[in-house]
Amino acid sequence: MEYVLILIAAVFVNNIVLSQFLGICPFLGVSNKVSTSVGMSGAVLFVMTIATLATYLLHQFVLVPSGLDYLRTITFILVIASLVQMVEIILKKVSPALYQALGVFLPLITTNCAVLGVAILALGLEHGSLLKAVFFAIANSIGFALALIVFASIREHLELANIPKGMKGVPINLLVAGLLSLAFLGFTGLV
Amino acid sequence: MLNQKQNFLKGIIKDNPVFVMLLGMCPTLGVTSSAFNGLGMGIATLFVLLMSNIVVSLVKSQIPSKVRIPAFIIIIASFVTIVEMVLEAYIPFLFEQLGIFIPLIVVNCLILGRAEAFASKNNLLSSVIDALGMGIGFTVALTLLGVTREILGSGSIFDFRFVSENANTLILFILPPGAFIALAYLTVLFNKVSTKTS
Repeated sequence: MEYVLILIAAVFVNNIVLSQFLGICPFLGVSNKVSTSVGMSGAVLFVMTIATLATYLLHQFVLVPSGLDYLRTITFILVIASLVQMVEIILKKVSPALYQALGVFLPLITTNCAVLGVAILALGLEHGSLLKAVFFAIANSIGFALALIVFASIREHLELANIPKGMKGVPINLLVAGLLSLAFLGFTGLV
Repeated sequence: MLNQKQNFLKGIIKDNPVFVMLLGMCPTLGVTSSAFNGLGMGIATLFVLLMSNIVVSLVKSQIPSKVRIPAFIIIIASFVTIVEMVLEAYIPFLFEQLGIFIPLIVVNCLILGRAEAFASKNNLLSSVIDALGMGIGFTVALTLLGVTREILGSGSIFDFRFVSENANTLILFILPPGAFIALAYLTVLFNKVSTKTS
């Protein structure tokens, strides 16, 4: 039951993009086509899960016992950056098909604040455990995927719409994101 | 001298990080529910940007180009850790308010972007001026967004209320959707003003 609540909270109530504002760059940047947004979501799901697993273990077994908690930011970003590189190399070797699909998105993920954000947020979970942290990461990447794919499908339709000149491009996208966020606000109080 | 002046001004108007280049959107949207938070985040980012530009421009010839991005990230992360510790010790109120967005300055694409695109190619003086211009442009944008949202959402400015306690304000603007909507209209306004002046 607890895990169901985490899932609902992460996907709908505290959606990582639309109410916590993490990962806005890929949200605005790679959402012009549904197909690319699906690829990006896949890459985020993959990296976020592994990164949270690695950083949680690092924090619990290295940083806390040795009293180096203040090095959290610097170690986490290094772990994530090298992990992304490693995933890229392994995928290229093991599964060329998956690499084809996710490859171009992987380098972008290092500076995706959603990955580092979730890794840090996962440390603050109530009654935290490794399993819970990993589940939290998966739930959040599903939330990311939902927001990104819905937004991309709206943007595909927006291409055909007649938009006032001054609103074209960035402003209309932000406005759509605002309305989407307003819709997600309706889930408040669900959990 | 004229060149340095242009170098400084480009970050504020022509290449404004928020309104024109859309860099660092997460803190822009995430912390600007009040003017004070926006200003605080802007100054913290300005500090990290300035220091990382200085260090990157000083050591640029020592870093092999293959590992430059990880090296830049370590430099940036060190200064972010300093900011994190200083804020926690001296301004705990702001530390609470900004929360997760302080460690996330590390992944602010503005800072890595300037290190890669400018400081690694230019001398110290130009890099300092570039960082000041970009940092002030970012701070101005965040403060502007914070002021707009605070006036509309809480009827106050820098915590100074100018409407009565029980007046109805547009609460939407301090909630998440208001961030997107306010930024959308501010961008339209900014584009209108900047095209008119140039």
